[in-house]
Amino acid sequence: MNALKVKKMPNLPDASRPVTRMIETRQPAQISKTPRMQVIDLHAWFGKTEVLKGISMSIASRGSTAIIGPSGCGKSTFIRCLNRMHEVVRGARADGKVLLDGLDVYSPGVNPVRLREMVGMVFQKPNPFPMMSIRQNVLAGLKLQRIKRSDEDELVERVLRQAALWDEVKDILSRGGTTLSGGQQQRLCIARALALEPEVLLMDEPCSALDPIATGRIEELILELKSAYTIVIVTHNMQQAARVGDRTAFFCLGQLIEYNDTATIFTKPLNRQTEDYVTGRFG
Amino acid sequence: MTSKCENSEARLRRPRPLEERVVSHVLGACAVLCVATTAGIIAVLLTQSVAFFKGVSLWQFLCDTQWTPLFTDKHFGIWALVCGTLLTSVIALAVAVPLGLLGAVYLSEYASQTVRHFLKPAVEVLAGIPTVIYGYFALTFITPILQKIVPGLAGFNALGSGVVMGIMILPIIASLSEDAIHAVPSSLREGAYALGGGKFAAIRRVVLPTSFSGIAAAVIIGMSRAVGETMIVAIAAGQQPRFTLDPRVPIETMTAYIVQVSMGDTPTGTLEYHTIFAVGMMLFIVTMTLNIASYYLRKRMTRGAAT
Ligand SMILES: Nc1ncnc2c1ncn2[C@@H]1O[C@H](COP(=O)(O)OP(=O)(O)O)[C@@H](O)[C@H]1O
Ligand SMILES: [Mg+2]
Repeated sequence: MNALKVKKMPNLPDASRPVTRMIETRQPAQISKTPRMQVIDLHAWFGKTEVLKGISMSIASRGSTAIIGPSGCGKSTFIRCLNRMHEVVRGARADGKVLLDGLDVYSPGVNPVRLREMVGMVFQKPNPFPMMSIRQNVLAGLKLQRIKRSDEDELVERVLRQAALWDEVKDILSRGGTTLSGGQQQRLCIARALALEPEVLLMDEPCSALDPIATGRIEELILELKSAYTIVIVTHNMQQAARVGDRTAFFCLGQLIEYNDTATIFTKPLNRQTEDYVTGRFG
Repeated sequence: MTSKCENSEARLRRPRPLEERVVSHVLGACAVLCVATTAGIIAVLLTQSVAFFKGVSLWQFLCDTQWTPLFTDKHFGIWALVCGTLLTSVIALAVAVPLGLLGAVYLSEYASQTVRHFLKPAVEVLAGIPTVIYGYFALTFITPILQKIVPGLAGFNALGSGVVMGIMILPIIASLSEDAIHAVPSSLREGAYALGGGKFAAIRRVVLPTSFSGIAAAVIIGMSRAVGETMIVAIAAGQQPRFTLDPRVPIETMTAYIVQVSMGDTPTGTLEYHTIFAVGMMLFIVTMTLNIASYYLRKRMTRGAAT
């Protein structure tokens, strides 16, 4: 996996470029033939404020999709709609279709609690449960769902290895989850999500509270996990999107502006706004 | 430029306004007064207790099972009073902890904003009712009802006063527990939901364990209020010190005994008179211990919420 560097981007044309290239592509081309998730005309509100104004995009099975865009444009809201975490907030509402393997997760009869088992989530600020040990944190999802497993020890080791945390914590599994460093806590939260063997893993700026070294480790981890999982990662860091995203979606003011292969988004974006944003000319 | 510099120098040199200095001194004096009062109370308790223990051995105080200092056959077994206090407090907690905790969980996790808005002050009104009213409520309302259910329940008893005391401390326990539950960061709730936890599972596995020290502090404060409560037990529990854990018979608590002696015609300076300070000392030690425990638990709570 050759990570793409924003620095290596060819010289981008300035404002004098042809108008034809500015044509907006609101409805992105179907990128994958077998989308894992498909979002159709998704709207979301906080009270009376509409923060997502009709998003349609498909998320391919396996691999990673990066979501970039200026702060407050609805990136978090978007991924929180994918596992119905948005509606947990008082006064928040969503409308539209989100298909997971063809089934609309907003259709009546879908239990959001069961959905969240299948679509895991890692938050911006690491949030291990403070009264639980490292081991208990990993098993928290099973405990919350009253699932009993006889192979808990193997499970704990396997997901902590997957999260690249095993070597650091294997001797201190009974220590409190919040005694770890920020980066370790975030990897613990990733392990905790992986323990439920989710179909899709959503990550909302998972590195924004971490230092560069911890960030590097999480990025490596994402690069490894994306061969086995479908990952959607929100990031405000464009280098990060370029490094870990197979595809990148650019959001602005509650709308999907452009969605394409990461290389295309960063080197020859079709949309003027995207170009301004990825080159850092955006306000 | 220069004028600007002079200006800022003048501003830097301006003395602290008079009111600032006065306020800080007045507030300091108040703080000293509080500490001095407490110290004074402890000093009185100590000197008078010492006078008591000159007449009665510590051995008698701690090992006798009867408390009859006002009779001709005098016994000074403090446990008879401690039993009364324990019994009524435990009954009060048995009523107030489950109800208070359920109420707190409902208020902070399930109630809509409007319901919460009305219910929380309403619960706190309970705390403003004078305890003498609770006392007559226990004697004339709760006890007659309980007598229909519990066979052999005396007119004055620990059960009725304990239940009413539970109602009295319910608002404190509910309100403080609600604060503790409310202080659990929503990121932890969301973390639980994101792991496929239902609402109740999240409360049971994450919210309640995280707020445990705060809830424990609330329970201890409630207990310390129950231990120190006087009026209800003086009115409704009877005034018969008894070394028993039977909730149906008349008993006497430490506080009720102090009231009994203070209101009687016991001459000052006598051994009988000194008993109330010994009992007071005992009471002080118990409530002090509970308050310190609660203080440390709450400190742990705020630290837990910060990380
Ligand atoms: N809990 C909330 N209540 C009301 N408005 C919110 C809430 N959370 C976010 N918003 C608003 O919704 C918009 C989108 O927010 P968000 O999805 O968090 O943006 P991003 O993650 O892209 O920074 C912002 O304008 C923000 O102010
Ligand atoms: Mg966000």
